[in-house]
Amino acid sequence: MHNEKGELTLKKLINNPENIVDEMLESMVAAHPEYVKRVEGADVLVRAGGSAGKVVLISGGGSGHEPAHGGYVGKGMLDAAVAGAMFTSPTPDQVYEAIKAADGGKGVLLIIKNYTGDVMNFEMAADMAADEGVQVEQVVVNDDVAVENSTWTTGRRGIAGTIFVHKCAGAAAEAGKDLAAVKAVAEKVIANVRSMGMAVAPCTVPSAGKPSFELAEDEVEIGMGIHGEPGTHREKIRSAEGTTNHLLDKILAEGIYKKGDKVAVMVNGLGGTPLQELYVCNLAVTKRLAAEGITIAKTLVGNYMTSIDMEGYSVSLLKLDDELEGYLNATADTPAFKEL
Amino acid sequence: MASKIYQCVEQIGNAIIENKDFLTDLDREIGDADHGVNMARGFTEVLAVLPQEEADLGVVLKKVGMTLLSKVGGASGPLYGTAYMKAAVPLAGKTSLTVADGKAVFEAVIGGIQMRGKATRGEKTMLDALIPAQEAYVAAADAGADAATCLEKACEAAREGVEYTKTIAATKGRASYLGERSIGHQDPGATSATITLESIRDFVKGM
Repeated sequence: MHNEKGELTLKKLINNPENIVDEMLESMVAAHPEYVKRVEGADVLVRAGGSAGKVVLISGGGSGHEPAHGGYVGKGMLDAAVAGAMFTSPTPDQVYEAIKAADGGKGVLLIIKNYTGDVMNFEMAADMAADEGVQVEQVVVNDDVAVENSTWTTGRRGIAGTIFVHKCAGAAAEAGKDLAAVKAVAEKVIANVRSMGMAVAPCTVPSAGKPSFELAEDEVEIGMGIHGEPGTHREKIRSAEGTTNHLLDKILAEGIYKKGDKVAVMVNGLGGTPLQELYVCNLAVTKRLAAEGITIAKTLVGNYMTSIDMEGYSVSLLKLDDELEGYLNATADTPAFKEL
Repeated sequence: MASKIYQCVEQIGNAIIENKDFLTDLDREIGDADHGVNMARGFTEVLAVLPQEEADLGVVLKKVGMTLLSKVGGASGPLYGTAYMKAAVPLAGKTSLTVADGKAVFEAVIGGIQMRGKATRGEKTMLDALIPAQEAYVAAADAGADAATCLEKACEAAREGVEYTKTIAATKGRASYLGERSIGHQDPGATSATITLESIRDFVKGM
C-alpha cells in the first residue's frame, strides 16, 4: 500500500484502503457468480438465484471478518449479507437495501452481532422496512463469554458462534419453516452457543495504519474482541494446550455443557494464524472434552470469523439436540461453507 | 452566497475533520479506533452534498442527519444522524434562531439520542457532555443572557462533562467491555459533541 507520492505506507496487498470493501465485493461476485450477485449501488451481496418463496436471512456487520458474512450467502445459509466499512457497522440505508432486495415475501430475519452500533443500525433499517409492510424479525448473537453479561454493560459481544446461527437457522429456512420457527431455531442456537478468543498479535486496520493494540514479546491478550478491542487481561503466552484449556475453563464455567452432552466445536482462526496451529489447538479441545465426558458430534476448524490479520483464535461450543444436529448437518452450499 | 446555516455546518464539519486523528486516538484507548475516521467521512460527504444556498434550518439539518446516517456507520452514525434529524424538527420552516429555539433544539437532540442509544447520564457517553451543556444553556437563557453567552456557558459545562467522563467507567457502547479499565480515558463521543458545541459557539460569536 502506497501513498500518492508512491511511498510505502503499509506493507499490505492493498491498492487503496478506501476501496478495499468495494474491491472485495466486486471480486467475490467475479469469483463466485454462481452463488452471489451485488445489489446495484450497495455494499450488499444476495443469492445469485434470488430467495423467492422462503424466509430470508440477512446478516452483516463491519468488514474485516471475512469470510463473514458475504461468504455465507448461498443455499442453506444466508440470503443476503451487508458489508460495512472496516470494523464499522453498515448504515441503515444499506441494511434496508438488503431487506428490499432479498425479501422473498415470507418475512426477513436479521442476524445481528451484539454491538451497540450494529444493533442501532439494523433496528433503524428494520423500522424502515416494517413501515413498508415487510415482516422483519431480529435476533442478537452474544456468544462471547469474555465479557460479563450484566445490566451494567452493553452485554456480551457476538463473535464466531454467529456462524452456527447462520447454519442452523439457514437450514430451517431452506426446509420451508416460517419466520417464527426460523427465529426460534436461531434463538435456540444463541442460547446454546458460547465462545471465547485470544490474540497472539493485534490486527491493523488499513486506514489507521497501526496495530490496534500493542503486546510485549511474550504477552498475549485474553478475551479480546474481533475488532481488536482490548480483552479481559494480558498474560504470558502459554502452550497451545494451556491456552485452549484456559478458554475452555471460561466456556465450561457457564454450566451449559455437561457430562453426556453432545456438542459441535468450532476452532476459529482470526486471520493470521496458520491452520496447523488451529489443528493443534483443536486437539487440545478434543482431549479436554473427552475428559469432561462431552461428545463432539461435529468439528469445524478454519477461518470463519476473522479479525483482518490478527493472530489468535477463538473456541466455540454449541450444545446439540436432535433438531440442531439435524440442521447443522443439513446441506449447505456457499462460497465459504459447504456441507454436502 | 452560502446561507448562515450552511456556514455553521461547514464550521462544525471542518472542526470534526481537523480532529479526525485526535478522536480516533481517543477511541483507540477504549473503543475500536474509528470514531474520528467515521465522523470525518460523514462530514466530508455532508459538505459535498449540502445545498449551500438553502436557508431553511429544518431542511438543512435534516439533510445533515440523513447524510451522517448513511455515511458514518458504527454507533456514531445513528446517534449523530438522529441528533441532527431531531434538531431539524423544532426548526422546520425557520431561517433564524432565537435563544428559546436553542432550548427546544437541546431538548429534541438529547431526547433523540437517549431514545436511540438507550443511555442515561453517567454512562461515559456523549450525554455526559450534552446534558450539562443543556442545563447550563437553559439556566443562562432563563436569566436573560444572549445567545453567545448561553453557548459559552454550555461549552464550559460540556468541557467539564468531558473531564468528568475520565473519572467514570463506561456502561454503554464498546468501551463498556473494558469495565473499570475505561476509567482515566475521556469519552470520544462526549469529546466530538463538545467540539460540535464549540464550533456553534464560535460561529455565533463571529456573526
